[in-house]
Amino acid sequence: MRKVGVAGAFAVGLMALAVAGSGWNGAQAGATITGTIKFTGAKPVMAKIDMSDEPVCKAKYQAPPTKEDVVVNGNGTLANVFVYVKAGLPATYKAPAAAAPVVLDQDGCRYHPHVFGLLVGQTLSIKNSDGIAHNIKAKGVKNRPFNISQPNTMTTPRTFTASEVMVPLECNVHGWMKASVGVLPHPFFAVSGTDGSFKISGLPPGTYTIEAWHERYGVQTATVTVAGAQAKTQDFTFAAH
Amino acid sequence: MTTVAATHDVGHGEHAPSGFWRKYIFSTDHKTIGIQFLFLSLFFLLLGGILAMQMRWQLGFPGKPMPGGGILPESMAPGGVILPEYYIQLVTMHGTFMVFFAIMPLLVGVFANFLIPLKLGAHDMAFPRINMASFWFAFAAGMVMLASLFVPEGAARAGWTMYAPLSARPDLSGAELGQKLWSVSIVLLGLSSILGSLNYITTIINNRAPGMTWFRMPLSVWSLFITAILGLLALPVLSGAAIMLLFDQTIGTHFFDPPAGGQPLLWQHLFWFFGHPEVYILILPAMGMVSDIIANGSRKPIFGYHSMVFAIIAIAFLGWIVWGHHMFMSGMNPTLGSSFMISTMVIAVPSAIKTFNWMGTMWRGNLRFHVPMMHAVAFVAMFVIGGLSGIFMAATPVDMHIHDTYFIVAHLHYVLFGGSLFALFGAITYWYPKMFGRMMSERWGKIHFWLTFVFYNLVFFPMHNLGMAGHMRRIYDPTQYDFLKPLQPLNTFISVCAFLLFASQAIFALNFIISLFRGQKAPQNPWLDNGLEWTLPNPAPHGNWAQIPSVYRGPYEFSSPEVEEDYLPQTRKLPTDREPAVLSSGAPS
Amino acid sequence: MQWWLPVQASTFAPQIDGIFTAILIITGLAFVVVEGGLIWFIFKYRERPGRKAFYTHGNVKAEYIWTAVPAVVMVGLGLTSNHYWNEIKGRNSVPPNAYPIKVHAKQFEWLFTYPGPDRRLGTDDDITEVRNKLHVPVGQPVVLEEESEDVIHSVFVPAFRVKQDAVPGMQIRAWFIPTLIGEYDMGCAELCGMGHYKMHAKVTVQSQADFDAWLAKAAQGDIE
Repeated sequence: MRKVGVAGAFAVGLMALAVAGSGWNGAQAGATITGTIKFTGAKPVMAKIDMSDEPVCKAKYQAPPTKEDVVVNGNGTLANVFVYVKAGLPATYKAPAAAAPVVLDQDGCRYHPHVFGLLVGQTLSIKNSDGIAHNIKAKGVKNRPFNISQPNTMTTPRTFTASEVMVPLECNVHGWMKASVGVLPHPFFAVSGTDGSFKISGLPPGTYTIEAWHERYGVQTATVTVAGAQAKTQDFTFAAH
Repeated sequence: MTTVAATHDVGHGEHAPSGFWRKYIFSTDHKTIGIQFLFLSLFFLLLGGILAMQMRWQLGFPGKPMPGGGILPESMAPGGVILPEYYIQLVTMHGTFMVFFAIMPLLVGVFANFLIPLKLGAHDMAFPRINMASFWFAFAAGMVMLASLFVPEGAARAGWTMYAPLSARPDLSGAELGQKLWSVSIVLLGLSSILGSLNYITTIINNRAPGMTWFRMPLSVWSLFITAILGLLALPVLSGAAIMLLFDQTIGTHFFDPPAGGQPLLWQHLFWFFGHPEVYILILPAMGMVSDIIANGSRKPIFGYHSMVFAIIAIAFLGWIVWGHHMFMSGMNPTLGSSFMISTMVIAVPSAIKTFNWMGTMWRGNLRFHVPMMHAVAFVAMFVIGGLSGIFMAATPVDMHIHDTYFIVAHLHYVLFGGSLFALFGAITYWYPKMFGRMMSERWGKIHFWLTFVFYNLVFFPMHNLGMAGHMRRIYDPTQYDFLKPLQPLNTFISVCAFLLFASQAIFALNFIISLFRGQKAPQNPWLDNGLEWTLPNPAPHGNWAQIPSVYRGPYEFSSPEVEEDYLPQTRKLPTDREPAVLSSGAPS
Repeated sequence: MQWWLPVQASTFAPQIDGIFTAILIITGLAFVVVEGGLIWFIFKYRERPGRKAFYTHGNVKAEYIWTAVPAVVMVGLGLTSNHYWNEIKGRNSVPPNAYPIKVHAKQFEWLFTYPGPDRRLGTDDDITEVRNKLHVPVGQPVVLEEESEDVIHSVFVPAFRVKQDAVPGMQIRAWFIPTLIGEYDMGCAELCGMGHYKMHAKVTVQSQADFDAWLAKAAQGDIE
């Protein structure tokens, strides 16, 4: 009996070592930070976008589309807020290699998604689903700016070499088309969706500065400490002004 | 006026260079330098043509993959489909290479260098080493401009006219390094031109043979002289503007950037103050050489030689006060528009004088249509069309409609291609025996002429109609506009003819290259011409003459009653001729 | 296929077309004389054995004639053109009651601002940032107040024969009187970047009633 117990403990110990030695697999273990982006104050009325001069795009909408600077969800939360780990990762941390490209689609003369994150070196597949001329201007500061056109249905890959929050993207042919990309050296970011929630998972234990960025309402920061496989909640509130 | 000329056999002291490098590469012999310019410029002429063919593909077949386009990178033509940003690079670099690296060096770098000492009876240029430097600066400029095609983001793309602030700000143009390299290249090229001009002017004033008075100089030399003065005064303005642009692009000045207090119109004034004399630089030498060739082909003196000289001077002088006609719609004070319009209307007059004098030369001549004569007569015919179309745009109200349309593109190609390039085909054929000791094939020269003449007119004449309809310039896809859709078949027709025009140039290229090795050995004076160069062997030796000849008459004494032949060389002494007096300083009387 | 000038939809069009045609006739005559002369000479004076060319250095009288005649024609043409130039582009040429429309040019769209019922720009009732649609009432002077956000663009309406560069850092006016109800094209006539070809606006000339109706709907954000 004692032999089994020692052997069992030894086996468990070996397995623990195996898990530890295999490197930090963020996707399958680690802590999680979730939260909701709340919005207080009067919901701003967003201007309608006049697409009458671009019938290919206009036809894709039942109701006239509106500007996307501020998207307040039905439940009073704020969408398109980019939440990310600003500081706190160990110096030895190395991001896993990007699995697949992130697709930025120009559809209905709008960028989909409007706000998103990208790993440094990860391929951004810029797709033109409209089949009409768009140009994509990336106004990076740490990243080299670029300005490329897509005169019809096509996909152009680009990468970003430096961490930068955020790089504004715009189309000059359609002045309302704007997007923002957060380029980071790690995958610990999320964008609040139609229910205002975000989730960052797979974090190694530590104390982190989390920043929430909104294109009109600015940034808010919070400090969160996590360990093991903890799940912590951190909400942010932006106020109308 | 008495003129000073160094006629002592000074060049004789310089030994002919030995060794491949000193003889062919780092040569100070004006003839070798002229031929170096020839090969450099013909290369850029070809490159400019290749860029134009890509433009015409996109215009004729918008959005379709270009045959062979697969070799272009994804940033220019993914899947062979030309992108808008590549298209405007093509537009920009076609104009840049053609104006600065093909036509200008072909007319000036080649023929000023090659002809001036030969036609004046000099051993070489006044400053042979500065002459060599002039070529190598042009070569460096060309290599920088060529390199700009291959840098990340690609070449400059604001049109060959490089209007600011588009050209000054990479956040607006999408290209940073390519734009800067354009500026650097132009500064180097300006230096080359200025050095060349110094040489040409000095040589013409000082190094004429005894008896070669001002009014016995051939019109080719007169036109090169006036052109050199234009170049000396105009290129520094371009270089200065390019340096200002480079400063805006690199060290944070804002000459042309409005938010920081700069003015876009300043660039336009500087550029066109250079740019208008530049277009006369691009036509006057052609006119001069055409005069020589037409007199020869007509077997008749040039009609109105003195008028021709005064017309060249008038064109050059007036050329300084018309630059605003490129800016009628620019937002410039409309009163300036009026003054520039009047001066522009007036500048048509000396060109008209020249045209009538060429016709007068042919009138009652004994016309011999060798290949150079065919090109020279075509020059007159095509240049006239270009000149007449210029009158439409000189009339400011009409310019409101046709400015920045294909009407302008038609005009500029009629004067630069129908004019300058046809003259160059003729001139290259004419002086080829003097350069290389062989004749180009007459038969293939005629075939090339006819194919070029026909296709060239089919390409560029309909552009007048495109412009009248309002077809704008530098438009990647005309089918975006309802009013241009009905014109698209004409665009396609023009493109197909352009491809055929380009293909026809292979005949000239092959004729040129093959004749270097297999051409008929040239007699000393194959065209039975009067110029001094034809008294030398073919090719002419280093130092040209062992003994500088004396000149007894003007260059156009064809069908003179004094002799039985229908030509009478400038240096042939008749019993009735006196020796030109040579003063102790060496000046002719 | 369109071989000639476009439809005439403004008062400037017949004036400009008139000058164009006059120049065409003059240059056409010159063309026939020169080209015809060249062709005639090519055949009549071609080389034949035993012929000698006529040895002459010129004719001063001919020089005077063919200097004076072109000079007179060109100066006359210049003065006539200048008359219309002053009317169209002169500093004081804009009619005082012209209906003002702001044109904000940018890479790569045209944004028009219409004055509201007060017919004055820069007031609260302006209808701002109408994209790529220029509506104008027929038969009245309209003045475009042009500005540019970034690089040089150029407003060009071929049917009106109107063109005026929009230069950053400058406020430039261009006026016209539309005469023909219909829909026309406006393009950009100064290379402004990779999207230059996409700067296409639709110009609609309407009766006063239709224009007012369109403007009222536009004020509600209902642009058609």
